[in-house]
Amino acid sequence: MSKARFQEKRILTTGNYACAEGAITAGCLYFAGYPITPSSEIAAYMSRRLPQVNGTFIQMEDELASITSCFGASYAGMKAMTATSGPGFSLMAESIGLGVMLEAPAVIVTIMRGGPSTGQPTNASQSDVYQTRYASHGDYEIIVLAPSTVQEMYDLTIRAFNLSEKYRIPVIVASDGILGQMMEVVNIHSNIELVERKKPQVPPEKYKPFEAFDDDLVPGMAIAGTNYSFYVTGLTHDIEGNPEMTPEAAEVLIKRLCEKIRKARPQINDWEEKHLDDANIVILAYGINARGVPEVVEQARQKGYKVGLVRLKSLWPFPDELMERIGQMGASKVIVCEMNNGMIIREVQRFRHLFMVSGITIPTTIPFSPKFIYEKLMKEV
Amino acid sequence: MSPSDQISIPPEALGHPLIDMLNLHRFIFCPGCLIGTVITSITSCLKERGLTSKDYAIVSGIGCTGRSSGCFKAPAFHTTHGRAIPFATGIKLANPKLKVIVLSGDGDLFAIGGNHFIHAARRNAEITVLCINNNIYGMTGGQVAPTSQIGDITSTTPYGNVEPPFNLVSLAAAAGATYVARWPGYDTLRLQKSIFKCIDNQGFSFIEVLAPCFVQYGSKNRLGDAVEMLEWLKKQVRIKVDWPPHQATFDFKKGIIICGEFVEEEQEGFSKKIEQLRIKAQNKKIDKLIKDSE
Repeated sequence: MSKARFQEKRILTTGNYACAEGAITAGCLYFAGYPITPSSEIAAYMSRRLPQVNGTFIQMEDELASITSCFGASYAGMKAMTATSGPGFSLMAESIGLGVMLEAPAVIVTIMRGGPSTGQPTNASQSDVYQTRYASHGDYEIIVLAPSTVQEMYDLTIRAFNLSEKYRIPVIVASDGILGQMMEVVNIHSNIELVERKKPQVPPEKYKPFEAFDDDLVPGMAIAGTNYSFYVTGLTHDIEGNPEMTPEAAEVLIKRLCEKIRKARPQINDWEEKHLDDANIVILAYGINARGVPEVVEQARQKGYKVGLVRLKSLWPFPDELMERIGQMGASKVIVCEMNNGMIIREVQRFRHLFMVSGITIPTTIPFSPKFIYEKLMKEV
Repeated sequence: MSPSDQISIPPEALGHPLIDMLNLHRFIFCPGCLIGTVITSITSCLKERGLTSKDYAIVSGIGCTGRSSGCFKAPAFHTTHGRAIPFATGIKLANPKLKVIVLSGDGDLFAIGGNHFIHAARRNAEITVLCINNNIYGMTGGQVAPTSQIGDITSTTPYGNVEPPFNLVSLAAAAGATYVARWPGYDTLRLQKSIFKCIDNQGFSFIEVLAPCFVQYGSKNRLGDAVEMLEWLKKQVRIKVDWPPHQATFDFKKGIIICGEFVEEEQEGFSKKIEQLRIKAQNKKIDKLIKDSE
């Protein structure tokens, strides 16, 4: 872990610009992207900023190329990022699996817009929450962060780089069309902790690319251009990287790839909570749609209703421990608010043995107003 | 079972002259296939240039040739189907000192990965692409490829192929590759001379290597076994000097395959241009102009 020092300042900027500047702060030196509304400003900003810091910007021929070239750059030692939106993310799906299999750190920003298909390019949405989790085929775990403010577009992009370097996995920042385009004040802090990937722990002749020595199950990563030789493949492989087509090989590899993320849930999971200690009803929201919830909670509490709030800042891996804690603390109902037809609510429903679950899940393009949520809440209390 | 499993002697004990640079345990190709010849040709060139594994990276896609990257003792990447070139572009741009070699098949590079090929050539990204062309999808069971010729019998064209093939040489030249050659895979001397030129070229280099597949293409089109197919190929090959790429005929029916070097140009490579952009970007005056215009 290293500390980077920056000049402390306050800037007024958009979510997309804040995200891109966060990447620069995190040490991103490679960006490959393809234009798509509403994420294009990230690429435009990177095309200006990256050459200034001796980085590389490239506009690729499509999203398939963008994401794969990020993994290439990552394996040549650079922190790499790409940014896209729903349809582009669909094209990246196959190679996200490659990144998981090669254990290549990279950050993918998806500025969610309405779907399916071309949907509503200029509007916001939260309908790609499952896409971020299950885009690629096969059995895998992934990390997804969900900013709610322009400040968090900056902070969580830095965090995404740190998590991706630490656990050697593509990390997704799931924002949306409104947050990407809107302006807010961002505080640039002077002290920022940056994480660098684990280096090989043995000399080149003993190095096996997928041999994990530590409890975190993360192998040390060799890069091209050093004395290390290694073969990495999207095929199921053993610790030496040899393609291995046995049932045992599949079990050993998939279990480690999933377990390294599941194990780290306490370190990865991040949320904001309020009044959980005495709450009878908890409103759970995330992203742009969570911004109206604090007002609703305060209004309801003024009227004497014991309402609490949970705002998820990381969506996947899902914070099971948080749900258990909500149950233990005595809440009888959780209301999930999301701008889709019900995605995170199904995760919460796994805990129906602890509390009742209801939802305000509408596949709309504008965040729920406090008034709207309050009216719905009053029908539940 | 791979050939290396069939013999009890470990490959290291066979005394292969390039054993320091090759991993023969991962050699899975059919006896008689020219992929191995191409792998050793590349390795010989790298060795002769005194390049070690810290100086280069090998990238492959999916398919028979896709498995070739595993045979190199070097940073070697077996990527997704069709995406070897963008992966290689990422490596090259992140570390321009590396020689980046893409080794993949005709289906991988020109069907599913065709878009990446033409764009990498257009950018003149400094990578070397070797396409091992067997005119068919080998590993998946002999389906028609964008390089299969009209009338070819394949698993998915049982009545004969009706689609005309790509001419890979003309395609590469038109897309902007700065070195283009075509050689039969058995002609290792000429192939190696070409590989040296690719390693030295400061731009996008492409070699089409003819490597007939007797298991899929040969058996379906009654062209005999591995040796008979090589004889069949040899009769058609015409080596030409300074031949224009648009006349690089590849026609099994007429029995003419023009081989040789078709494009050899010196043009500044993509990573050099990005380097120049950085100098521009770090000029405060230019940055101010951009800011003012926004």
